[in-house]
Amino acid sequence: MKNRLSRLAYPYVLWMALFVVAPILIMLVYAFTSADGGFTLANFLRMGRYSVVFVRSFKLALIATVICLLVGYPISYFMSREGPGFQRTAMVLIMLPMWMNFLLRTYSWMSILENNGLLNRFFRFIGLISAWNAAFGTDINGFRMLNTQGAVVLGMVYNYLPFMILPIYSVILKLDHSLIEAARDLGADGAHVFLKVTLPLSLPGVLSGITMVFVPSVSTFAISQMLGGGTQTLLGDLIEQQFLGGAYNPHLGAAISLVMMLIVVLCMYVMNRFGEGEEEAVIL
Amino acid sequence: MKKAIALVLSAVTLLGTAACSGNSGSSSSSSGSAQSFENVVNVCSWGEYIDESLIDEFEAETGIHVNYQTAESNEALYSQLKMGGVDYDVVVPSDYMIARLIKEDMLAELNYDNIPNFSLIDPQYTHLSYDPDNLYTVPYTWGTVGIIYNTAMIDDEITSWSAMFDPKYAGNVLMIRNSRDALMAALCYLGYSINTTDEAEIREAFALLRGAKEQGVYQSFVMDEIYQKMEGGNAAISMYYAGDYLTMLENNEDLAYVVPEEGSNWFVDAMCVLKTAQHKENAEAWINFIASTESNLRNMDYIWYASPNQEALAQYPDYYEEEYGEALDEEIYNIMAAPPEVLERCEVYVNLPQETLDLYNELWTELGI
Amino acid sequence: MNDKKNGFVSRLLIILVFVFLYAPIILLILFSFNAGNSGSVWKGFSLHWYGELFHNRLILQSVYTTLLVSALATVIATVAGTFAAIGFFAMRREIRGPLVTVNNIPMMNADIVTGVSLCLLFVAFFGFYGSFAHWFNGVQNFVHLKEQLSMGFGTLLIAHIGFNIPYVILSVSPKLRQMDKNLVDAAQDLGCTWMQAFFKVILPEIKPGIVSGALTAFTMSIDDFVISYFTAGSSSSTLAMTIYGMTKKRVTPQINAVSTLLFLTVLILLALINLRESRRAAKTCP
Repeated sequence: MKNRLSRLAYPYVLWMALFVVAPILIMLVYAFTSADGGFTLANFLRMGRYSVVFVRSFKLALIATVICLLVGYPISYFMSREGPGFQRTAMVLIMLPMWMNFLLRTYSWMSILENNGLLNRFFRFIGLISAWNAAFGTDINGFRMLNTQGAVVLGMVYNYLPFMILPIYSVILKLDHSLIEAARDLGADGAHVFLKVTLPLSLPGVLSGITMVFVPSVSTFAISQMLGGGTQTLLGDLIEQQFLGGAYNPHLGAAISLVMMLIVVLCMYVMNRFGEGEEEAVIL
Repeated sequence: MKKAIALVLSAVTLLGTAACSGNSGSSSSSSGSAQSFENVVNVCSWGEYIDESLIDEFEAETGIHVNYQTAESNEALYSQLKMGGVDYDVVVPSDYMIARLIKEDMLAELNYDNIPNFSLIDPQYTHLSYDPDNLYTVPYTWGTVGIIYNTAMIDDEITSWSAMFDPKYAGNVLMIRNSRDALMAALCYLGYSINTTDEAEIREAFALLRGAKEQGVYQSFVMDEIYQKMEGGNAAISMYYAGDYLTMLENNEDLAYVVPEEGSNWFVDAMCVLKTAQHKENAEAWINFIASTESNLRNMDYIWYASPNQEALAQYPDYYEEEYGEALDEEIYNIMAAPPEVLERCEVYVNLPQETLDLYNELWTELGI
Repeated sequence: MNDKKNGFVSRLLIILVFVFLYAPIILLILFSFNAGNSGSVWKGFSLHWYGELFHNRLILQSVYTTLLVSALATVIATVAGTFAAIGFFAMRREIRGPLVTVNNIPMMNADIVTGVSLCLLFVAFFGFYGSFAHWFNGVQNFVHLKEQLSMGFGTLLIAHIGFNIPYVILSVSPKLRQMDKNLVDAAQDLGCTWMQAFFKVILPEIKPGIVSGALTAFTMSIDDFVISYFTAGSSSSTLAMTIYGMTKKRVTPQINAVSTLLFLTVLILLALINLRESRRAAKTCP
């Protein structure tokens, strides 16, 4: 019986071979060949020049992840301590933006952050700009916010914050409260309970959150194009440019994709190793 | 990771039923708009580059459904064509890209018997270097590239490409987002030919661009995002095409346009049919329709790019006066259809050899860093 | 349920985060009613952009494409994913292990890598097919094969099915593990064919997993931009791709109008669901 049922997976195994394994193999082939089809390592040798982009991508994604964590964790924690009605509404409110396309949400920030955008108009209206000019002897017409690294990080945080809150919140919610009570009975105060029980037990949620914010952040191209204006090239932009953008070279693009994939997988592997012990604890 | 997604999954399911019922509901309301058309022509052009009522008119006249799409730049169009992801019939690349597509055997020879309106095109714009025997192309528009600046934000009169690289304007300049035009500005400023194949000259031009970028001169790199940024006073200086400047002028009177004294590029964009086109006859019908004097007049009125149709270009001032009840400003006409003394200092792009193209791609990627 | 409620500071933090999440959306909605064409200068109230929106063929067409591809991909991925999950479940551990790892690749990979690699696969296949068709048309005259293929709805659908199946498997598998394994054997001992065993025993047990898998798949499809961008070609465009294209052109408040309509649809649905839920709750636990 069991063996007969396992045949149900055969079509999907074929599918995976065709549409999961084969594409990656083809990408490998592209990465190691040149436009005329010969074997080459040139695509990888060129990569050194793009190390700045690698560093910038990982830096911005890391900053965004840390901010998401610093904001997301307390929010999840506080939310879990509210009444069920509040929690339900809060969950809906956090997930609602996710149903709107992220490009629309990012677009909205463009009109807010422009030199002549809503925020600068508001600053001018309340006199902040003239006060700034008077105080610092400058002659600015508004703050430059769009097309900066800050704007790109803001876009990442804004789009991916729910990805941090949701897993952490789910884990905290499922915590075994008898453990917390036991700790308290044994004389631990609030801070201790949090540090010694809640925090370690919620670590799997934190790790999931980190992955789910970091991976899309490090590989985005839409956010950096919209909020960075082409001045803050990230890995995603570099890749997109080689395939459908203004510098056609799919071989280089494949090589960059490959290296990015390896680095991300490595990071995730190390992190999951690091968090494995705690994960077991929750499952048990 | 697996667990991570499972968690979100459970959260999503919490609200899941919402998505399901909701979206099936709205599908019925919109399905009416999407029938499948067999008799089609797939056109790829640039943004803001046609009077869209012409599309409807063509459809009503011929019964051919037009799938009208846009690409961002010649280089992006080339990438799309090369990746093989597209099924365009008609494309409207610029001169140098046409030469490249012809060289790489990507364009189909046209049957000019199906395009009688080709005879209306001013011979000045046919048989050009990119298509010397004129087998592949029907010109769509022509114009110049120049500097657009906001006179309310810039006190000086700008006449030189130096404005695009001057740290004085740091943070207020928009650089164009395609390698050929961006490097053209730098090459002109340095006094080199815009078609140079000398690696040292190109690298020097690149160094100029890169230096300016590092000094924070460029607020951002733009193509059609330029409209919002220049019209809204979000940036003071930019380089773009004459026709688009005139469109912006309609929304912001402070903008000025100049073809810099060092010279610039003057371009011809022409309609071509791809070798892979599945609807070649429809494509020729479309090209013929667009090449007519009436279409050219309306297009010119809408997009402000000069027409290569002799009659249309000559008639345009009268057309304008009839349409709007006032005479067309001669200055505007001269920006749209640059007079010979301006064109004299401008050069046409030619297709570059493969090594130079590779160098352009490499440098362009590096500029992004 | 908790012994300690939140203080003022923590409430404030929650509220601030909501303001942060919603302020841009509210502004977006507000400016969809702007008479002018700016996203930052208010020129008076107007419904002008909604009118334009409903005449914008590109947008309507891409809404249709999005819904169609999402619905088809969801149905196919749900069926395929359920079978695959059952198959995996029935496999021996040493075979299942590597297969599950491969299955996880699309979920772990950055979207852009998935998109790009699929794009390369399709391009390579089209090249291969093109030369085959050319050769085939050359050696015989009965059947004429189309020599030129390009990406389009078909490739888009394959990509969507591909990234949806792992989510279905992910939500069906736990239900299978929870199932009492003896049930299937018992059913067969009592004379069920394995088909009957499947439909009468397994399916009812794992139904909740299938439903949540289908919903996740649908959500993922609707939300996807990056993978579609690299696999849809020029002839089909999803709503996300159209929006991306719009942000790169002359911006019109039609974008705002689209967002408003999307947002309202979801909002109304959620309200309805919540209403129904609370009514049901009131009935079951008075």
